[in-house]
Amino acid sequence: MRYAYLAAEGKDVPIFPIWEELLIGAVAFGILLYVLGKYVYPKMEETFRARVDAIEGGIQRAEAAQAEAAATLEQYRTQLAEAQTEAARIRDEARADAEGIRRDVLAKAAEERDRILAAGTEQLAAERQTIVRELRAELGTLAVDLAGRIVGESLADEARQRGTVDRFLSDLETAGRR
Amino acid sequence: MFAQLTTDPGESGFHAPKVGDFFPGPIVEGAPGWLTKYTILVAIAVVAILAFFLLAYRDPKLVPTKKQWFAESIYGFARNSISQGMIGPEGVRFAPYITTLFVFIAAMNFFAILPGVQTSPNSHIAYPLVLGLLSYFIFIAVGIKKHGAGRFFKNHLMPPAPWFMQPLLIPIEFISNFIARPLTLALRLFANMFAGHMILVVFTMGGFALLGAQNILLKPIGILSFLMAIALTFLEMLVVILQAYIFSVLSASYIGGALADEH
Repeated sequence: MRYAYLAAEGKDVPIFPIWEELLIGAVAFGILLYVLGKYVYPKMEETFRARVDAIEGGIQRAEAAQAEAAATLEQYRTQLAEAQTEAARIRDEARADAEGIRRDVLAKAAEERDRILAAGTEQLAAERQTIVRELRAELGTLAVDLAGRIVGESLADEARQRGTVDRFLSDLETAGRR
Repeated sequence: MFAQLTTDPGESGFHAPKVGDFFPGPIVEGAPGWLTKYTILVAIAVVAILAFFLLAYRDPKLVPTKKQWFAESIYGFARNSISQGMIGPEGVRFAPYITTLFVFIAAMNFFAILPGVQTSPNSHIAYPLVLGLLSYFIFIAVGIKKHGAGRFFKNHLMPPAPWFMQPLLIPIEFISNFIARPLTLALRLFANMFAGHMILVVFTMGGFALLGAQNILLKPIGILSFLMAIALTFLEMLVVILQAYIFSVLSASYIGGALADEH
């Protein structure tokens, strides 16, 4: 009221506060501070914290997953390397085995061959000796026979001669068949 | 020019804005003297701020909606840039006060550019003054609580200087820290909003007056005057936010100074 009438007289001094307005301002600010401070800011702080947690938790989870993946990869690599080493070892062994077997087979074959050869040679020699011995004995007998007959009989008797020879031959044949 | 204009006795004549224009009577005949347009504007500001924040933060989500994001940005800005920026890690404690200060001043200032209102409650010294005094008392209370009265006043009255300089320095420090602070806070905001309204009125009313002038050559200047009013409204837009920001930053800075170990 005071100011209404001051205004009418054009005597307002704008740097003198109206005391009611001081009160209104204080009450208005107080209401704002109370309501916002009770229902809004704490919720915002909570949201900020939850958001930080969510992001940090997400990062941690991602890091854990990454570490696990790296560990698994490392494990697989180790296993793969082991498997490769094992495979190489098995291959080498197999190759060595095969070489050994081949060598064994070759050696056995050579031995067998030598044995067969030796046996054959021996048998041949034995047979030849037998034959020679038999021939020698027979030849002697035959020569003795033939000589006896030649000496003992007349050479003029052609018929007998022929008969002698025939007999000799047939004897030979007989002897050969025996 | 005014002389020429005021010779026009018609209704479109130019009335330079007076201080008295800032003190209208009660909105309704017979209402108490304090129930003016400005009181209503303050109430509207409070209701609008509460409605916005309570609505935007009714159901907060980790992934915010646009409204929630906007509300969070305001608080986050006042909390991180102003409170923590000026006070340090301890500033979070004062974030609610600083944010409310920022939002309340910005909302009241906003009336200065709201078409149809175009005047801010902050052009009444009472509103800036009550906020300035509040910041001032918080500054002193926080300092005394932290350091004890003796050390707080010593920190703020006796700068590190030779003893024979102190008789000169103590009165200067006293005036600058304990007298000027609430007054400059209040006056800076008040004067900006007062002058802003004055300028907008001058250019808008001047535009009408010049358009209605009998001299045809003055009409284009009337258009220019309107354009100036529009341009200055954009300037005011900046001032609205800037003054709210400065008030909050200085308040935070005073609190930070009270909490600091050395002067």
